Amino acid sequence: MNEVRVGVFVCHCGTNIGGFLDVPGLAKYALNLPNVVFAKDNQYTCSDAGLTEIRNAIAENKLNRAVVASCTPRTHEPLFRSTCKEAGLNPYLFQFVNIRDQCSWVHMQERERATKKAKALIRMGVARAVLLEPLEEIEVEVNPRALVIGGGIAGMTCALSLANRGFEVKLIEKEDRLGGTLNNLYMLYPTHEEASKLVQAKTKEIEKNPKIEVLTSSEVEDVKGFIGNYDVTVRQGEKERFFKAGVIIVATGAGTLKPVGMYGYDGENVITQMELERMLEKGRLNADTVVMIQCVGSRNEKRAYCSKVCCPTALKNAMLIREANPDAQVFILYKDMVTQGTSYEDYYGKARETGTTFIKYSPEKHPVVENGSVRVYDEFLGEELSLPYDLVVLSTPMVAHLDSADLAQKLKVPVDEYGFFLEAHVKLRPIDFATDGIYMCGCAHWPTNVGESISQAYGAASRASIPLSVGHVKTEPSIAVVDEDECSGCSLCELTCPFKAIRIEETEKGRKAKVIAASCKGCGACGAGCPQKAITMRHFTDEQLLAQVITLAEAVP
Amino acid sequence: MEEKPKAVLVIGGGIAGIQAALDLGDMGMKVHLVERKPSIGGRMAQLDKTFPTNDCSICILAPKLADCFRHPNITLHTLSEVKNVTGQMGDFSVKLLEYARFVDEEKCVNCGDCVAKCPVKVPDEFDMELRKREAIYPYYLQGVPAVMTIDRENCLYLTRGVCRICEKFCTSEAIDFEQKDADAMLNVGAIIVATGFDPYDPSGIPQYGYKRYRNVIISLEYERLICASGPTGGHLTRPSDNRPAERIAFVQCVGSRDFKNNPYCSSVCCMHATKEAMLAREHNPKVKSCIFYIDLRAAGKGFQEYVARGEQEYNISYIRGRVAKITEDRDENPIVWYEETQSSKTNKMTVDLAVLATSLMPRRDVKELAKVLGVELDEYNFFKTDPLNPLDTTRPGIFVCGCCREPTDIPESVAQASGAAERAAETVMR
Repeated sequence: MNEVRVGVFVCHCGTNIGGFLDVPGLAKYALNLPNVVFAKDNQYTCSDAGLTEIRNAIAENKLNRAVVASCTPRTHEPLFRSTCKEAGLNPYLFQFVNIRDQCSWVHMQERERATKKAKALIRMGVARAVLLEPLEEIEVEVNPRALVIGGGIAGMTCALSLANRGFEVKLIEKEDRLGGTLNNLYMLYPTHEEASKLVQAKTKEIEKNPKIEVLTSSEVEDVKGFIGNYDVTVRQGEKERFFKAGVIIVATGAGTLKPVGMYGYDGENVITQMELERMLEKGRLNADTVVMIQCVGSRNEKRAYCSKVCCPTALKNAMLIREANPDAQVFILYKDMVTQGTSYEDYYGKARETGTTFIKYSPEKHPVVENGSVRVYDEFLGEELSLPYDLVVLSTPMVAHLDSADLAQKLKVPVDEYGFFLEAHVKLRPIDFATDGIYMCGCAHWPTNVGESISQAYGAASRASIPLSVGHVKTEPSIAVVDEDECSGCSLCELTCPFKAIRIEETEKGRKAKVIAASCKGCGACGAGCPQKAITMRHFTDEQLLAQVITLAEAVP
Repeated sequence: MEEKPKAVLVIGGGIAGIQAALDLGDMGMKVHLVERKPSIGGRMAQLDKTFPTNDCSICILAPKLADCFRHPNITLHTLSEVKNVTGQMGDFSVKLLEYARFVDEEKCVNCGDCVAKCPVKVPDEFDMELRKREAIYPYYLQGVPAVMTIDRENCLYLTRGVCRICEKFCTSEAIDFEQKDADAMLNVGAIIVATGFDPYDPSGIPQYGYKRYRNVIISLEYERLICASGPTGGHLTRPSDNRPAERIAFVQCVGSRDFKNNPYCSSVCCMHATKEAMLAREHNPKVKSCIFYIDLRAAGKGFQEYVARGEQEYNISYIRGRVAKITEDRDENPIVWYEETQSSKTNKMTVDLAVLATSLMPRRDVKELAKVLGVELDEYNFFKTDPLNPLDTTRPGIFVCGCCREPTDIPESVAQASGAAERAAETVMR
């Protein structure tokens, strides 16, 4: 093996580090560490001057490892890695040491001890750098076809957008026609356009588009593979269909809770908003006094969440009732009126002005539906009212489809505690799954109105189109590798992996774990759990990590 | 031969604009990202933490800033404004005005030597004027590009022709007073507007005493006060006397749901007030917070649970009732007068600090931009969209996302940003 020659670059980061640590002293210290042949401090290692210095030092001193002690790999590792690459050094032979966040920022008042800690960190960095190995990125081809699961407004919008971009789409719908939840609605808020018109328009567009194949009365039976290379089996009645896809979009929507056993629900005199929509559509409503109750089955112990769409839905239906029957009296009993954004506060006002009566009930005192009247404690009046009714309408929340857990398992993606699909990051990756290549939109993720579903559908199309447009994906080589001779095929790793990137396969040597390189994130969970120690984490090998721990023990007597 | 697709212009370098630019760049499209401030990051960079996970805002944003800066397909135009747009969908000509920074971006290493010497002190905009900065300054600590900027309104040399001390002390020779404002022409196929929001100025509700009472502040000021990189280093102290604030009132719907001001609901305030009250308690276990609200709107994923945690674990009281007025006692303690709707009784509460949840409004000069773009605004001056075509403005080829469309939280802004990127890509690749 060639001689290991390490270069260490210690950054002042202006006064960020230099003001609180003895930076020249750190460079001097580094020069005396084993295998270090070059060490220097600079004002800003990440500036052009600093990067040039790294490139020159690599060339002039024949460095085959580079260590930068400065800020954080989160923002700067890509930069230093590409600098190494430009100088002809494999980027995985670069080691980062964070002496800003971990020393100067947190120990501002303790120059000496902070400097000592920085020395220990640099020493550990060098120890690991010596053992680093060159690695190459893996490139995987992407099949340019998208699978969209769910033919509601979200799935239809997403499919159309991707098709307009030139990608082939398979759109899977489990019912016998497209439309999803919209097929159960009469009018859409806040514009009072008919839902069926929107469905018809979108369906027509889809039928005309040669890039989209719609499979109705179909369900996804099996999905194998990884980003760019999914093998999909779809069951359509008796038939099975197989095809390949590069990306998958989950747009399966949600159901609504059926309030069995609640508030005297009977489907006749006490009904749900959905059932009311159908009566309104058919002009069959025959009631002069209607009492609506909000938050039925939501914002309670079992289902803590607010379903968001029920308040505007109640407003809409209250107004439609009074349009159909101007003599009708409508009461809405609510906990908090959730009418967010620029459209809905006005809409709330309109419902009030057109004669809907609002009564706030408190979470502690739920309304009681009795024979012919609803008893409710009005928080504003501070007294109990008895409202005679012809019809009670219960606003129930959207709930995850019962079969979404099954689909989640087939796709190997997570759901949250209520069965809605779980995104990669609640703030910044709201439509991605943690697994690359799978995306979501609409009510499959969380209750949303039609407009939000459409926005998200375009968003999911955008995210999915990235690998489709590029045509290949590059993946980090710092992933798990299995030593098949040691692997006992126990499948603990398969159960542990949060990315479904490792699975047990039958081989000539028996059941063995196989890593799907394109899916593995290198998190190390499988390696830590393996009872046979058959899994090595590339770039974070036991040897590399132990070398750091041992040298730390030496540094701190 | 196939023609290369045209570039896309993104106006606004906050989280929405950044996400739209990154999606398009990752698809392989060329993007021009225009930001009028010296660095990208927008409002999200000013926030301390984010609900409902209490993730540090800048920590999750910073990698995106770096991605944008390094992206081979994204060209950043900071300190720039869109001045004119002609043409049509698929072929727009855009005139940018790129203001002089008076600092060479290539040479500046952001060391701060110049800042230490600059004799000027003016209120810092990023820190909501809660501290002073110099006339040469970094827009904020983690800002991208990470370079200094000279404030032409306040620099002694640029206003009075004397000083140039920064130039003398800059070892990188980065100061360049010769720089001139310049026009740049861009040819793009589509435009995405993501200009974000300004907070409502509660001086319009005199009974709340904002600006009259030093211990009555707005939410964005609070975010800077409690932020570790903010003016007090994250110590939650009262502006009047630097005493720790331990009794805090959060007043909701200030300027929102208010027919004299903004009739609409700003959507995010119930949640950010909850977060802000939690953070205060994390900083100091003696803190007692009260949130005065009309309707509690916690409709997102995990939001109701977050509010419940606030009540149970962070000692937050939610009081349903609109605050009528705020007065002050001799020690400059705000006194909050309110009617509790449950009991219909008027009540008052003395606190150390009152935080006004001011509504999210379109940028103050949004009308000018709308005119330049030739698009319509809605009755509240947000960019007008159709509920079933939520990301399209009234002019084909121009799309919109984030808070300039309607008040939205971060995840929704991000989802919309990706969506607007898709609409732009559909247009350009057609």
